[in-house]
Parts: sequence; C-alpha cells; structure tokens
Amino acid sequence: MSKEQQVLFAGFGGQGVISMGQFLTHLAMHTGKEVSCALSYGAEMRGGTANCLVTISDEEISSPLTENPMTAIIMNRPSLDRFEDKIKPNGTLVLNSSMVDRLPQRDDVEVLQMPVNLLADQLGTSRVANMVLLGAFVEKQGLMNIDQALEYLDVVFKGKQEAIIAKNKEAFLVGVDYARKEWK
Amino acid sequence: MKMIAKKPESLTGAKYHYCPGCSHGIIHRLVAEAMDELNIREQTIGICPVGCSVLAYDYFNCDMLEAAHGRAPAIATAIKRLLPDRYLFTYQGDGDLASIGMGEIVHASLRGEKITTIFVNNTLYGMTGGQMAPTTLLGQVTTTSPYGRKVEWEGYPAKMCELLSCNEGAAYICRTAVNSPANIIKTKKAIKKAFQIQGQGLGFTLVEVLSTCPTNWGLSPADSLKWMEEHMIPYYPLGEFKVKGE
Amino acid sequence: MQRVLMKGNEAIAEGAIRAGCRGFFGYPITPSSEIAEYMARKMPTIGGVFVQAESELAAINMVYGGAATGARVMTASSGPGISLKQEGISFLAEGELPCLIVDICRGGPGLGGIQPSQADYFQATRGGGHGDYYIIVLAPSSAQEMMDLTMLGFELADKHRTPVMLMAEGTLGNLIEPVLVRDEVTEFVDKPWAITGCLGRQPNIVNTLHMPVEQLQTRNQHLTEKYQAIRSQEIRSEEFLTEDADLILVAYGIMARIAKKAVMNARSLGIKTGLIRPITLWPYPYGVVNKIAQTCKAMVSIEISTTGQMIEDIKLATAGKVPIHYIGEIARTPNPEEITQQLLVIAAKEGLI
Repeated sequence: MSKEQQVLFAGFGGQGVISMGQFLTHLAMHTGKEVSCALSYGAEMRGGTANCLVTISDEEISSPLTENPMTAIIMNRPSLDRFEDKIKPNGTLVLNSSMVDRLPQRDDVEVLQMPVNLLADQLGTSRVANMVLLGAFVEKQGLMNIDQALEYLDVVFKGKQEAIIAKNKEAFLVGVDYARKEWK
Repeated sequence: MKMIAKKPESLTGAKYHYCPGCSHGIIHRLVAEAMDELNIREQTIGICPVGCSVLAYDYFNCDMLEAAHGRAPAIATAIKRLLPDRYLFTYQGDGDLASIGMGEIVHASLRGEKITTIFVNNTLYGMTGGQMAPTTLLGQVTTTSPYGRKVEWEGYPAKMCELLSCNEGAAYICRTAVNSPANIIKTKKAIKKAFQIQGQGLGFTLVEVLSTCPTNWGLSPADSLKWMEEHMIPYYPLGEFKVKGE
Repeated sequence: MQRVLMKGNEAIAEGAIRAGCRGFFGYPITPSSEIAEYMARKMPTIGGVFVQAESELAAINMVYGGAATGARVMTASSGPGISLKQEGISFLAEGELPCLIVDICRGGPGLGGIQPSQADYFQATRGGGHGDYYIIVLAPSSAQEMMDLTMLGFELADKHRTPVMLMAEGTLGNLIEPVLVRDEVTEFVDKPWAITGCLGRQPNIVNTLHMPVEQLQTRNQHLTEKYQAIRSQEIRSEEFLTEDADLILVAYGIMARIAKKAVMNARSLGIKTGLIRPITLWPYPYGVVNKIAQTCKAMVSIEISTTGQMIEDIKLATAGKVPIHYIGEIARTPNPEEITQQLLVIAAKEGLI
C-alpha cells in the first residue's frame, strides 16, 4: 500500500455509505494509521445521495479532501455518473453491479465489480450490503489481515446486540471470500 | 413619632431620575414591597430593559442585570435554568416587550419559563421622546404618528395579556393600573401573586401595569390619570386573564 | 490513552463539557447543528442546561444571562447566525462576560451556501458588533484541535473575562478524525462579580450602559488595557520551515494543513517555501509575520474567500516590506497540487525560480 490513499464512498442515503467509510476509518486507525473521514453534509445530500472521503496515511494528514480520489466505491448509478471522471488515472473503481445498470467508460482505471445487494440478500438482509463490500475491499487492498479486522469489528460494534455483530461479521467474510475468488 | 411608611429593603433608596407624574417610581416600590413581604430579596435577580427604566439596576437592592433591548426574557430564561431556586423578574416597557422583544416574551411564555415579567404599558416610547409603540391607541398622536394612529397605516394596538394568556406555558397573566389607591393595592397583590406562582414552579407569570407618561402625553400628572381612565382602561381592560389551576 | 473517532463538531461539544460547560443555548443552522444535537443529548444527563432558543438573538442573550451567573456557557452557529448574534456579542464584551461562541463557517454574503468558507474572518476579528472591542478568536485545524482549542477557549474567557470565538470551516465541523479525549477540567476561577442572588453580600450589577462621558471613557480605557494584556500574553501561531524560506505562505484552519503539503511540494520543485499558521486570529501574530518578512522575499495569503480578508492583517504586519500575493476561492478547498501550481507562477513572478 502506498504512503497515503484516499477512498471515496458514494451511494444513496440508506445504503450505509457513510457507515462503510466510518468502518474503514476505524479499522485503519486501529492498525496505527493516521486517518480522516470527510462527510458530505447539509443540502449537499439533497436527493438522497451521500458520500464520504476516507484518507489513510502513514503520516500526519495534510489535506483530508480531494476531488480526485485514487479509489472510488460506487454504490449506485447517480454516483457513477458523478464520480467516474474524477478518479485518478490508474486508480480503482469498485462498483456495486446490483445497482448500476451501465459499465464504466474509463479504460485507465481498474474496475472491480460486485453484485453487493444480491450477496447481501443471500444473507437474508440487504442491510449488511455495505459490510459485504467492505470485506471485499479490505481483502483486496490488504490494509490488514482478516482475523485482525474481525477483532477490530468487535471494538467498532461495541454495545450492539450479539446477533447484529455476528451478522455483520458474516457479511464481511462473504465479501472477503468474493474478493479472493473474483478479484484476483 | 410613629413610623407609618418606610423605604422597602428591596429598594436602594437612590434618587429616581423619572419625570414628575411618571408611574415607574410607584411600580418599582410595589415590586420591592412584594419582594420584602415574601422575603426573597437575596434570592431575586432582576433584569431591566432599554427604555425609561434602563437605570432600574440602581434602584433595586438585589442582583441586577441590564439587558439589550427586548431580550430580558431570554436572559432570564438562562439564569433561571442555571439557578432554578432563585426568583427572576424582568421589568420591561411596551416598546421593549411588545415591539422589539415580541419574540422573546412570546417564547418565554410558550416554554413556561418560571419567571415574572413586570410589563409597564404607557402607550409609547418614553425615553427616546414619545414615539409610537405597539400599544399606542388608535387616534393617539405621537412623534412618529403625528396624524394620530390610523388602522390603515399602523394597524391595531397590541393587547399583550390577551395574547399571552393563550399560551399553555403561562401560569399567571394579569393587567392592572396605578391610577388610584385601590388599583395600586391591586397591582401589588398581583405582583406578589406572580412571584408566589413563580415560586410554586407553575409557569410563566406576567403583570401588565397601565402607567402614565405626562411628559410625552403633554398632560399634567392629574390629567394624565384622567386620560388613562378615559382612553387606556376601556381598550386595555383590567383583571386576571389567566390563573393556572383556577 | 485510546484515541477515538469524533466528528469535529462533536469534538467541540465534548471538549466543552470536559471544560465544565453546563449551559448550551443555540439555534439550528448548517453546518454547526451537530454541536447543538450533541448538547441536547448530553446536557440533561450531567445536570447541565440545553435550550433551543427561538432565534439567534435569543440564543446569544441566553448566553449573556448564563455567563452572568458565572457558569461556563456557550452557543454555536454559522455565518448568518453569527451576524445576528453580533449585538449580543458586543454586550458580552462590554459586560465582560466569559463565554464561548462557535462559528462553523459557511459561504456568504447573504444566505450564501453551506460549503466551506473563511469569509467570517472580518466579523470575527474586528469585534463584529458595535463599539470599541475585540474578542479572542481561535482557529483549529483538526478534530483534535476542535476539542483542545474549545477547552483553551473557556480557560482564556475566564482568565480575561471576555467572550472567545472558536472559528472553523464547515469542512472541519464535518470531518471525522481520531481524537485523544482530554481529562475533565476540575479547577475553575472564582467569579465574585457573578449574578447569583445577593445572599450574604452586597448586590452585584451587570450593566453595559455608561451615560456619563467620563464613565464611558474610563470603561473603554479599561477594555483597551485588557486587550493590550491579551495581545501580550495570548498570541499563538505555528511556523513550518520558515527559517530559510524565500516564499512564505500564511494560512489558518484547514487551509494551513493543506498549505503545509504545498510547502513540501514547492520545496521539491526547488522553491524555498515556508508556512506561518496563525492559531489566534485575534490577537493576530503580527510580530511573527513581521519578523519573517525581514528574511523572506514574498508572502502569499491563502484563504477560502474570494475578496481576501486575512491578507489585510498580513499587509498591516509587513508594512510594505515584501510583496503580498493572494490565493483564494469560496465554497471549496483548493488542494495542495493546485496551490503548488499557483505558487510556481508567483515564484516565477518574484524571480525565485
């Protein structure tokens, strides 16, 4: 992993986009990295879209913002339309293919697709879709080993019901598994 | 010699700056006597307004705070919330309370703030030289309603007791006047009752006192009392508008 | 001690509580509302007071009343709300009532937008309301500093009996970062002047009216001396690679962080660049800026504002010693690469490359 990376999460409000960003921020903080997570706010969120930008770095973070992230995690079609052109060349575009009905036009970024909602539905609840994607992303970019991540998730979810924690971990592992098979 | 009247302990005794025939001196004394009788001077915090009674902090012998124009109820709200066992009163004129401070008084009463407001209504802005107030009567000439207040230009005079008594948070709303010994005694009773209801924690309390302004009305003190009786009291009827629990 | 992730606005609220703040009086406005929401949740659980006021005017006057009792109290708003509060801030300054006012800035004038801005600099640092006065203005640049400078703000407010403003961009209010949560403050200064009911003492008066000419003159002289004391004791700033620098950037708040990276970028391109970051916007670090102006060749003010506001203080500090350039725009935060590009142009113009 490079010294500093910025990951954009974008989708509908209610898809757990902000939580996904916050989980990643938490996990990265626990590995000892410097982190920040900039949230879109107020009327910017009108129309039900939400996004947040996570910065993970080995050093003190200078700008917690960028209009051109290296990685974008796109959960719906409007977000693809808005952010596809913003991704840095040679960057990565992670796409929820369940919710996006077109292919990206960029040929200078790596595109990783995943039917996030389908996988979550197989777990019995679409509410954990964000955790499925997060598991896949953490596995793919190798921020930490997966056992470690599961331990940190216990910390992140502290105070929540056992069943909810277990379901989220299960979803996370489904994502990990998907990435190992499909995103080699 | 037998002492038949003395300065209430809740007044400092500083010489008033008010004009001859102005009612503020009487009303100050009634508030102070009520504080004395309830023995709450050392637990009371007063907020004075911008207007003729702006210097009231020199006259009341308790902790006093001078407010920005119209904001006394907001200030009293915070003090009462932070010091709930103290007695709070705001002393406000009609420009202060019913014009620039309309928002603050309405919301303090809606929230049921446990404070007492002494609202002195003399139908105009006294200190700035007799301009029209929300309480100026129809037809009344002031420096900013030189043709007499007209409905089509300036609308209707504000009846604050009637307005505030609609609010659930109001526990005691009463209008009195200081035109006669009998009404002065009633005014003191009302002020005392308001403090007592505040002490019981029942909600917002307000006593509107109709008062005179001979200087800006252009009348002698005696004629001013007559003008109040003939013009103000018919439009602003006296009495209790709301007593929670009664 | 474990760092926890906090949103900037929440770090302010938690910092205030840890500094002993027990009264919050506010009115909702984006992008500051999370502070009020946090206080609404927490205050009732710690014996504190939360009131959602009917207006910004009422909110600042509740602060006036609350501060007069000697309690640590605060409010939070954004530019349009701060404009409305200015009357009350003037009264607080004259009444010498310590309190914290938070401005999470958005773009203006008018209703403007809700995106980041530093265009409240004038209304923060020039007193803002009517009359002869200043208030201390602190500019944090991270979630950690949102907490730390909030706590410092209450301390300075009590120390100098003055309102203190914490001013940050909307971006910072909505930025989640790790925060080392500070210990609760347990020692507070006595406030014998407070309005609490005069049991066992002479009555206290809080008043801002001074009709006799001499009284007002004495009063304003007292305030002027106090501001001089604050200037001599409380100026805070940070310098980064200024010693050998030809080109000095001056930036505060979140822009200072971004400018730091631009400094490194410019240095890698052979321009000896440095940064001054004012932490107190009032009192402004005139001395530091003036000292460095003696050794550098040009300065650049970087602000989230189109007209440029802090640049006036840089001009005052440098008194014509070096050319002053400006980089600024509203409603978005320029990134380090863009700033670096503009620095190249400025450096070429000044003959530094």
